[in-house]
Amino acid sequence: MSSTTPKTLFEKIWDKHVVQYKEGYPDVLYIDRHFIHEVTSPQAFDGLRKRGIGVAKPKQTIATADHNVPTKNQHLPIQELLSRHQVDTLIQNCDEFGVELYGLGHEKQGIVHVIGPELGITLPGMTIVCGDSHTSTHGAFGSIAFGIGTSQVEQVLATQSILQYKPKTMRIEINGELGRGVVSKDIILFIISKISASGGTGYFVEYAGSAIESLSMEARMTICNMSIEMGARGGMIAPDQTTFDYIEGREFAPKGEAWEEAMAYWSTLKTDEGAQYDKVITFDAKDIEPWITYGTNPGMGIGISQEIPELAVNSTEKDMEKALGYMGLDKNQLLKGKKIDYVFIGSCTNSRIEDLRMVAEFVKGKKKANDVNVWIVPGSKKVEAQAIAEGLDKVFTEAGFDLRQPGCSACLAMNEDKVPEGKYCVSTSNRNFEGRQGPGSRTFLVSPLMAAAAAVTGEITDVREMI
Amino acid sequence: MNITSSAVPIKLDNVDTDQIIPARFLKATSREGFGDNLFRDWRYDKENQPIEGFVLNDSKYTGEILVAGKNFGCGSSREHAAWAIADYGFKVVVSSFFADIFKSNALNNFILPIQVSDAFLGYLFEAIEANPNLEINADLKTQILSVPSLGMSTNFEINPYKKECLLNGYDDIDYLLALKEVTQVYEQTHIYAGV
Ligand code: SF4
Repeated sequence: MSSTTPKTLFEKIWDKHVVQYKEGYPDVLYIDRHFIHEVTSPQAFDGLRKRGIGVAKPKQTIATADHNVPTKNQHLPIQELLSRHQVDTLIQNCDEFGVELYGLGHEKQGIVHVIGPELGITLPGMTIVCGDSHTSTHGAFGSIAFGIGTSQVEQVLATQSILQYKPKTMRIEINGELGRGVVSKDIILFIISKISASGGTGYFVEYAGSAIESLSMEARMTICNMSIEMGARGGMIAPDQTTFDYIEGREFAPKGEAWEEAMAYWSTLKTDEGAQYDKVITFDAKDIEPWITYGTNPGMGIGISQEIPELAVNSTEKDMEKALGYMGLDKNQLLKGKKIDYVFIGSCTNSRIEDLRMVAEFVKGKKKANDVNVWIVPGSKKVEAQAIAEGLDKVFTEAGFDLRQPGCSACLAMNEDKVPEGKYCVSTSNRNFEGRQGPGSRTFLVSPLMAAAAAVTGEITDVREMI
Repeated sequence: MNITSSAVPIKLDNVDTDQIIPARFLKATSREGFGDNLFRDWRYDKENQPIEGFVLNDSKYTGEILVAGKNFGCGSSREHAAWAIADYGFKVVVSSFFADIFKSNALNNFILPIQVSDAFLGYLFEAIEANPNLEINADLKTQILSVPSLGMSTNFEINPYKKECLLNGYDDIDYLLALKEVTQVYEQTHIYAGV
């Protein structure tokens, strides 16, 4: 390929990171930053020990404890023995292999996809991996970021590179202005229900268009975060002034001369005129309303004014029957007015300071419905501190919300934050799989605004009627 | 890898990794023992009693080949899903579509994911239902999946590199470690290396 061939943003970054290309073999891709956490790393460190090797580039690896940690009394030893063992194993491994750990109690601790960006570790043009599928979040900065399995965690620890086949590219364009009460979470839930939970498989997605460009960095992260929920390898957004303004001054962001150099590189990070994608899909922002899932995969979603369909895109009768049976719902049913039991505001999709501000602004002066439990879990210690500094904690407490300490919490219910069997939870997280929030739990995925509205009314509510 | 075995059918699309191995079983720090919790919540009720009707509890169905509906292994990147499948004793998973990360995790654990057409998968389900002892053959060398007694067969794709790894029993890390010097040369001029 000559240097004048127009390239997509994805191709530019990918090509720059290929250490070795060999016909018929996967590319050897260099990895700039590697995030690890307690759940998917222990077996990888074990592997290194068995091979008798160390971590190739310990300074390019950053660890935190998030999946398993309690969200109450984090200063006390973890009660649950297996969780404690996993967190302790991470501490030992990081110590033994010289990896920086922002563990429980550390002021930089938090959900791995929240802390990377907020510390300025995540930068445009990087390749970033983590043993967690929502690594796609970091793509909001114009980086190639994707989730990997534990064997691959071991690969990266051992060699700072990974074997990968180049995926196909897809461009998803959203143009126009978002309606009242519609936020970035609604955009991504909308996209996934249009193309289904497998519609992105094999592709790396670039989101573009005026509706995307108008979003803040945190809102962009919410979109890229859920790319995996349509099966895509990852999602990315070209960096622009919004991106640079967000990064400037963050702890690990380049400074002085290094900043100038970085900016010069970052300004080249956009798709060239005439570059080809394998697939292009365009949507109009005006078709997006507050969105909600009704089924057991994120592709089973509808606008709040719509009825549950006969069949979700790319789904079968049998799937639908099973999903609706599990959820205790029927075809052609409206969700509005459905009583709920829990509200969870948190997860790497929606637990950043803007999400908390959005919720606080809405609930200020209001109270949660009596029979609803509301958990609000900040994404990191920094988000928690900022929320307290802004007095958001008081707003939440006055509304009767249970403000907890940072971690993944009820997003995957590995700690004790579990939604009981059969109960309905309106959640800002990213997965509504059977049992995801606890065995037998039933999840409705929504935006933070829709979650806040449900918390106040105790039922599924169209937030537009309250603002 | 040349496996002849009866198969266990899971006739569902979009089987996600939260079903293959629910999150609460991810707390182990070794790779062993996950097979006991494979499909845990479909397999056992709250009292840990086997749920009648789920295929792993049905003694009619046994074997080293798992046959499942479209988009198998979607959802989380947890390699525990592949470990659970391997630990339970499956060596081959057949579906008409695999989620990306699952496929790569499977291959890294010497499980062969075989993608067939929707139509072939449909025949396979019917044939297994009609005869649970039906013998299926998966031959990596020739890249053919067949049901000899019915004269059914189909080719499957596998990347030549992965085929080589599976046939020779070596893995990605062995390959990458051999490229150490090439990587070091690359790092010397790379913007984000060397912090
Ligand atoms: S918040 Fe949920 S999705 Fe995000 S990293 Fe944690 S468990 Fe995964």
